[in-house]
Amino acid sequence: MMAESSATTLGTPATLPDSGVWSGVRWALLRDLRLALRSRAELCVQLLFYVIVVSLFPLATTPEKSQLALLGPGVLWVAALLASLLALPRLFASDHADGTLEQIALSPYPLPALVSGKIVAHWLTTGLPVAVLAPVLGLQYAMDGEALAILAAALLLGTPILSLLGAIGAALTLGLRGGGSLLALLVLPLCVPVLIFGAGAVDAVHAGLGATANLSMLGAGLLVAIVGAPLAASAAVRIALD
Amino acid sequence: MLEAIDLAARRGFTRLFSSLSLGVEPGCALLVTGANGTGKTTLLRILAGLCEPFGGRVRWRGEDVAPFAQSLRQDVVFCGHLTALKDELTAEENLAALIALSGDKVEPAKMREALVTVTLDRQASLPARALSQGQRRRLGLARLTLTRRPLWLLDEPATALDTEGIALLTRLIAGHLERGGCAVAATHQALDLPAAHVRTLALS
Repeated sequence: MMAESSATTLGTPATLPDSGVWSGVRWALLRDLRLALRSRAELCVQLLFYVIVVSLFPLATTPEKSQLALLGPGVLWVAALLASLLALPRLFASDHADGTLEQIALSPYPLPALVSGKIVAHWLTTGLPVAVLAPVLGLQYAMDGEALAILAAALLLGTPILSLLGAIGAALTLGLRGGGSLLALLVLPLCVPVLIFGAGAVDAVHAGLGATANLSMLGAGLLVAIVGAPLAASAAVRIALD
Repeated sequence: MLEAIDLAARRGFTRLFSSLSLGVEPGCALLVTGANGTGKTTLLRILAGLCEPFGGRVRWRGEDVAPFAQSLRQDVVFCGHLTALKDELTAEENLAALIALSGDKVEPAKMREALVTVTLDRQASLPARALSQGQRRRLGLARLTLTRRPLWLLDEPATALDTEGIALLTRLIAGHLERGGCAVAATHQALDLPAAHVRTLALS
């Protein structure tokens, strides 16, 4: 009955909850996860890409255990970066092409909240599986248990940064021809600090320094990116719609 | 309720229109007509707050609104060329997602009722990629039957609709005007709306 009576009177929706931040995050997160689950093949392709790239290096370089252990963290990080990049063009492009992005930008929910939800969904479908798989793949590089644990921790802290920075690039290259390759040029240099601190964490442990400094830097970077990236990506989305 | 004062727009270096002023009162509709490329879509996008006019300003409920202003975002329904449907989701899921995105709470029963109204009830669980162009448009109409927002901005709403669909669209707009809503529609087709409440703006 309530809905019946309110449907006949016009006005702003009375049920807009709080400022809408969490509802906005939730809407975007759940919708993107559902879309990702409907196209599982694409998800598998990304993960297989990651597995294959990582597995190629021991075949192409050396079977020497000590050298592989040196190589491992770097290779796993670069491959994680590439896997995250592979899924980035889809983050906004399909919504832009079918008009959903217009509706998202006109939603009463704050745009940065909706963009954050999409970024979280991107991380859950690319960054998280990569971080979970890394310790298993690291076995190919004769890395010891401690190194594998540190590597996984660094990836858990670092891959969200890759998704956040990537979202800015994906939003900036919306609607451009050849946007995919430009996106790579734009995002890869920005990810260099993440790569250095992330891959350096394992080396630091081997050098007897402990990984705390590296992990703290990654954590600090993550906090800065969480605050800044959704705002920057939202601004870029609005420019793309203009 | 909705006013535009001295609007100007250009695409690249070509001028689309300038010193365009209009006003839409509650219960009134404005039909925007004009040949292709005269700026109908641009005008609607400016009114929706999706892009910035080259000059002039838009006022909503007596206040100037900038693009993406919150006051406009919670009052407007914008139906563009693009239907904003996801191929992977079913018709019903698409409708639910769009309604949820606009912050409205609608019970599932109402949602199915709306699908019946636009005769999409049998396609409710089909993925949107299996829908025809006209059926996609009808899903947009289903959204209009559920929304309570006062301002409708419709870009070529009659495209791909059959005569029955156009009649439904006309009924929906007429009902909206009766409830005191505003509507601006860019259209080539004449819509059979009560003449007293409809004005036409011809762009050239």
